[in-house]
Amino acid sequence: MDGVHDLGGMQGFGPVEREENEPTFHAAWEAVVLAMQHAGRFGLLYNIDEFRHGIERMAPAHYLRATYYEKWLEGITRVLLEKGVVSEEDLTARRAFFERQPDAPATAPLASPPPPRGAGPRVSLTDFIRETGATPRFAPGDAVVTREMHPHGHTRLPRYARGKRGVIHCCHGIHVFPDSNAHGQGEQPQPLYSVRFDARELWGESAEPNQTVHIDLWESYLLPGR
Amino acid sequence: MGKNHPNVDPYIVSRVRALESLLLEKGILAPDAVDRVIQRYEADTGPMTGARAVAKAWTDPGYRRLLLEDPKAALGQLGLDYEMLMVVENTEAVHNLVVCTLCSCYPWPVLGLPPTWYKMPAYRSRAVSEPRTILREMGLAVPAEREIRVWDSSAEMRYMVLPRRPAGTEGLSEAELVPLITRDALIGVAEPGASAS
Repeated sequence: MDGVHDLGGMQGFGPVEREENEPTFHAAWEAVVLAMQHAGRFGLLYNIDEFRHGIERMAPAHYLRATYYEKWLEGITRVLLEKGVVSEEDLTARRAFFERQPDAPATAPLASPPPPRGAGPRVSLTDFIRETGATPRFAPGDAVVTREMHPHGHTRLPRYARGKRGVIHCCHGIHVFPDSNAHGQGEQPQPLYSVRFDARELWGESAEPNQTVHIDLWESYLLPGR
Repeated sequence: MGKNHPNVDPYIVSRVRALESLLLEKGILAPDAVDRVIQRYEADTGPMTGARAVAKAWTDPGYRRLLLEDPKAALGQLGLDYEMLMVVENTEAVHNLVVCTLCSCYPWPVLGLPPTWYKMPAYRSRAVSEPRTILREMGLAVPAEREIRVWDSSAEMRYMVLPRRPAGTEGLSEAELVPLITRDALIGVAEPGASAS
């Protein structure tokens, strides 16, 4: 989707602001969000693409205002609601409880102690390569052009790189396809390439001199170039 | 505390606590999960594995080649099992810079938690379109004749920069080099030993 998350090349955000001696977490709740994300991902409640698409669907003004972990909270909450892991009613009731008792621990509204933790599957969170035996259509050095497309769903073809001419740098193997995986349509793995773009192709006369951008793009984003 | 951190916003806190409470109740979130996350990341947030790999590459040409050509094997020698990393080498002719314009993808296993600036719109929007300008603003002047090669982490591959070894460090051992190799140098927004953050 052409959402506000797709920031490449946008203007007006000002300088990069570094924070000296940045703490690991800026507030205790950030660690809770990270723990919930681990639980959701390791528990296979949702995949990374569903999570990212959950964040992308935040209201644009909220997205820009929100901190990193608040975006994560939005993404986690949305996918858990959509998958029926938690219900809107339960969530609303719990929010009301903690608004009344902001200092109460998370266990306070529980009728009984939390159930013991199951063993759970052993999961790798970096397992995205699928050895399907598919033959990559493109080879290093091949000219390609990216598709000009504006899907309503999830995609990892950034807006600034659509309809642009590039050159295949290398193939990373056969990877899970986010555009289907984010929508319950399966992994549909396909070759993933590093594609090199000259900055002038991307930014025209506004490009800075002597610059390239490499973007990792799935095969179905690409057409043969000239 | 950064101005971008409404860290005690009661609205957010109640929403976090509500979801946490429900996930605890369902047995999805283990009772000690939050403590474990805090322990893990407070103890292990820096770019230590990435810095060790670079220091080794600077002192051992065979390892340098391995790190560039087979990062999984090179990281395996440091006890890290991670196959999704690409290592890109800075040279006299090329300066590499890593970003994720679509979210905030970052090589956590080698660099730890990302700094806030990496995740904010200013960096994510401008790194691909005016990298020379933001690098200059961040204190790194890249000579005009040196190509800036930006890596937009749009998939599950992650990128780490192999910076150039600073002049004058020829006499230093691998262990003495490690502290010079900052997180910012491994992202590409600083030279080793010169980072402000």
